[in-house]
Amino acid sequence: MKNKTLNPYIAGVLVGILLVLSVIVAGKYLGASTTFARGASVIEKTLGIDYSKFEYFTTKKGKYGPDSLPNWQLMYVIGIAIGAFIASILSGDFKVQSVPDMWKDKFGSSSVKRGIVAFTGGAIGLIGARLAGGCPTGHGLSGLSQLAVSGYIALAFFVIGAVVTAKLLYADRRR
Amino acid sequence: MSLAYGLITGILFGLILQRSGILNYEKQVGALRLVDMTVFKLMLTAIVVGSIGIYLFKDLGVITLSLKATSIGAQVVGGLVFGVGWALLGYCPGISAGALGEGHVDAFWGILGMLFGGVVYAIIYPAMKKYIISIGQFGKISLPQILGINHWIVIITIGVLTALLFVYFEKKGL
Repeated sequence: MKNKTLNPYIAGVLVGILLVLSVIVAGKYLGASTTFARGASVIEKTLGIDYSKFEYFTTKKGKYGPDSLPNWQLMYVIGIAIGAFIASILSGDFKVQSVPDMWKDKFGSSSVKRGIVAFTGGAIGLIGARLAGGCPTGHGLSGLSQLAVSGYIALAFFVIGAVVTAKLLYADRRR
Repeated sequence: MSLAYGLITGILFGLILQRSGILNYEKQVGALRLVDMTVFKLMLTAIVVGSIGIYLFKDLGVITLSLKATSIGAQVVGGLVFGVGWALLGYCPGISAGALGEGHVDAFWGILGMLFGGVVYAIIYPAMKKYIISIGQFGKISLPQILGINHWIVIITIGVLTALLFVYFEKKGL
């Protein structure tokens, strides 16, 4: 039994208010991608790899290094998963699914194939996000709310890259 | 306390996104294929509301801005690379955490991929800094600053343009 979904405009207003409250109360603009770079440094440290030989993990006083965790943003990212889990359980939307329906229609039901592409996409995406300096949350939501020039350029090229790739992925092969 | 604020903010964000039904591949890639604009409606509304709130409280002296530095090279090249990965995975970094919470296993592989991407980025960072991030650096600048006009004019203009875009989406049934 699925409940009616929240209107996207109302949800957008709520997210906008949440951003403003977060800045007022905690002094934090929303963002997500840095956590995965920091997570990578923690994994390297745990595996005994000398992370300090990578300039990225020591630059800006270790902003992206393993000692930066746990921090606000890590808890925020974990919170998103918890919030989504609670809401999906309560609403009956929760469902363990390895291959999305839209993907299945086009590329078949192999969860290995989907998993490999998802992993590859995640890796490419994170490299791009760190190079750009943020993701659709950090550059998009937080950046554009501040009218940041960097945000407009980044979001425009996020969308161009993604729309072209999605069109190519789902192009009609019979033509 | 900062950790608790992060967790609470994340939980609320996850609740809102889940209830709006956008934490799945179909909604995300549907937006990128330009056939279902739900994700963009939510995001653009949040940006307009966010900009009003941020600049209102900034004018009142309650908060300060935290602009990311502009680098044409970083945001153009990084942006395009991110876009390719975004479409392949079907979830952006924040959304993948929510999608995992809703039971999407492919989001888990995407998160592992992102951690791997973090390792790779640390390796290539010196080259990126030298050859790409160095292109077209303008520092921490905002649109009203470079246009030389009051920020409220910019906010109102963007708000009107966004509203017109929404009218178009609704007319086309997107």
